[in-house]
Amino acid sequence: MIAEAGLAALWLAAGLAALQLVLMIAALRADLGAARTMQSIAAVQGGLTLIAFAMLLIVFARTDLSVALVFENSHSAKPFIYKVAGAWGNHEGSMLLWVTVLSVAGAFLALLSRRTSQRTLVAALGAQAALALGFYAFLLIASNPFARLNPAPFEGRGLNPLLQDPGLAFHPPTLYFGYVGLSIAFSLAVGALLTGEVDSRLARAMRPWVLGAWILLTLGITAGSYWAYYELGWGGYWFWDPVENASLMPWLAATALLHSINVLAARGALKAWTMMLAVIAFSMSMVGTFLVRSGILTSVHAFAIDPERGTFLLALLAIYVGAAFGLFAWRGASLKEGAPFELVSRETGLVINNLLLSVILAIVFVGTLYPLFVEAITGEKLSVGAPYFNAVAGPLALMLALLVGIGPLLAWRRERRPMFKQLTVPALLGVSALVFTIILAPGMHILPRLGLMVAAYLAAASVLPLIGRSPFRAPLATWGMVVAHFGIAVALTGMAMNAAFTSETLAIAKPGEILSAGPWHVQLQDVTPTAGKNWTALEATLKASRGEGLVTLKPQMRYFTDPPTETNEAAIDTFWNGQLYTIVGKADPSGGWQLRLWWKPFVTLIWAGGALIALGGALALLGHLRRLLRRRREPNWRGRYA
Amino acid sequence: MSRAVRFAPLALLLLVLAGLVWRLARPSDSTVPSKLEGKPVPVFALAPGIASKPSLSSSDLATGRPHIVNFFASWCVPCITEVKLLQQLKERGVSIEGIAVRDRPEDIGDFLARNGDPYERIGSDDQSRVQIAMGSSGVPESFIVDGRGIVRYQHIGAIEVSDVPMILSKLEQAG
Repeated sequence: MIAEAGLAALWLAAGLAALQLVLMIAALRADLGAARTMQSIAAVQGGLTLIAFAMLLIVFARTDLSVALVFENSHSAKPFIYKVAGAWGNHEGSMLLWVTVLSVAGAFLALLSRRTSQRTLVAALGAQAALALGFYAFLLIASNPFARLNPAPFEGRGLNPLLQDPGLAFHPPTLYFGYVGLSIAFSLAVGALLTGEVDSRLARAMRPWVLGAWILLTLGITAGSYWAYYELGWGGYWFWDPVENASLMPWLAATALLHSINVLAARGALKAWTMMLAVIAFSMSMVGTFLVRSGILTSVHAFAIDPERGTFLLALLAIYVGAAFGLFAWRGASLKEGAPFELVSRETGLVINNLLLSVILAIVFVGTLYPLFVEAITGEKLSVGAPYFNAVAGPLALMLALLVGIGPLLAWRRERRPMFKQLTVPALLGVSALVFTIILAPGMHILPRLGLMVAAYLAAASVLPLIGRSPFRAPLATWGMVVAHFGIAVALTGMAMNAAFTSETLAIAKPGEILSAGPWHVQLQDVTPTAGKNWTALEATLKASRGEGLVTLKPQMRYFTDPPTETNEAAIDTFWNGQLYTIVGKADPSGGWQLRLWWKPFVTLIWAGGALIALGGALALLGHLRRLLRRRREPNWRGRYA
Repeated sequence: MSRAVRFAPLALLLLVLAGLVWRLARPSDSTVPSKLEGKPVPVFALAPGIASKPSLSSSDLATGRPHIVNFFASWCVPCITEVKLLQQLKERGVSIEGIAVRDRPEDIGDFLARNGDPYERIGSDDQSRVQIAMGSSGVPESFIVDGRGIVRYQHIGAIEVSDVPMILSKLEQAG
């Protein structure tokens, strides 16, 4: 009954979404006061999808094998936490999660949004209902998560070992929350284009959603990068793989949107551009989901490939993005550009930021889809890898990082003060970093060298907005910006250090033998068999030392039985100045073992930087929300914007 | 905003959608065909891999009938099972040439004595030069070369029982 209840809740929610869409059209045409009704419908719809998702969690928690999805993706021997996480670790479940987040976000938009005008809210709720409706149809027609099996089998099939990892259990949902959070920005933009009310009020209503989604995307990408780093055993943190790019593209668009929305909120300028970005950011989320779910691009992340589902998703993508772009083409002409600004101003800084981010986005987009187009035209197969992305996007990213230090110092509209003075210390730091790298590491590649220089400059430049004023009286949003920009410098340091100073050793070692990696001497002591709940493994014991102290690392090669899979479990030891990363591979007939050792100085800064960037976003969000609440408490707050 | 700018996103979207539709309609196989397919075998002349057999050079391949050129090594474990399968192919009339990679004559002799010998000729590629020229990166690997000495197919890894029908049809096409 539980599965049927879930299915019924989904059907009801789909019906309500259809009603919500119809009401929106009627309301906009006849100027009906449908806002109240639509708000309640959106709230109930969100509740129903939550019920459906809860039902899916229950059948997975109980391992109800009469549900086809549970049979395919679960197993009674799985640890409980992974049984539950298995609910969204597959196609149908993840699409249900997607639609749940989509309609719950819609419910929050309906209940919390007091800043947008009634007409725009009605239009936005209609757009959100249209989005949800397509994904309900997708679930109910092409990927029913609640389908039953009769008779029920005795044991499930899914014990995919790679998915039994806390990182992977929580990384995809984080990204989904981010993707779908951008749907609100999309719906608000579509709504505002429909009603023509593109103004600073809309920007202020949209900003918390974009910030929230952006924080989650940042966290999701950072966590995903760390997961790939320790789980896939390649010692790299970013592979420019299509699936990774699928998460990077919405992030780049959201980052641009986050900055342009401030121009719209503060100065009423960049109207058309901001609306376009809001549409593009969610479109990129859909493109990402489509690329991952249809499996049309070859990737290390192999997901189920199903042309029918791919077609369905592509049709949804075409309808939504096509409609939004069409609306833009139709209504864009009526958008009046807002307050003018001069060449040297914060607006110009943010425009350059947006241009650079958009070019990087275009580079990633083209690089990801290029193989497909080349094959369509010439029939030749190729793949675009890290060398292209690093060489093309790297210098642009460095240029952007240089400007990140300057932009926040500029005044709105027109900057009259000479700003070179403020930047003296950061510039000196950057130059001395450059000189240091030239003296200490003359053979270093140009990109990491420039990376370290820019990072040193930015670390100092990013805190300048807090200097010269009492830092604790600065608004939270300013603190957020400073922390996030400082996080960029931190992450950049980690990336440059990793690129320039990683030492790698790959060798066949017999027990007792000593290898070296960077400052470390690593002795292979022994290789012994060991076992877990659903795997057996060969475990190497390594003793590592760099002068003083001795650490033990135990990398494993695991064999899972059902389905038969081999994985490398890296053993990583973290120190304040880097990580020692070890992998054990196959035995050699001569009695030795393949060992792979990396010493990665300051590699952890990459993810620490990512976390700081997200923290900065969170501070800014808190600041905006607090201001919002304060305004609400003022007796006549509504009147200020009406 | 000019009309062209307003419609540009829509036009770009249509272009991307067309590409994606094309790809969905034609699900790709993820195998990458060898760059050498359709090109002549690079010129080489190898020393004999074993004293009792003739050596192999590129001119031995353009004889008017197709050959399998098999890169193997006595130190390679998958080669042991593959060589037995090659024996069966030989019994069906397929001519198979061997290139022993980084090997010693006495080890090759032992290997063939223990596991069977399907090869007409064996060349010794002790520095992997020919292997690299052929675009092969490991053992075992096999190439189907047609009667004019042109590479028709590259098979990476051991030929398995399930590959035999495909190999035979490739040989037929090459002949």
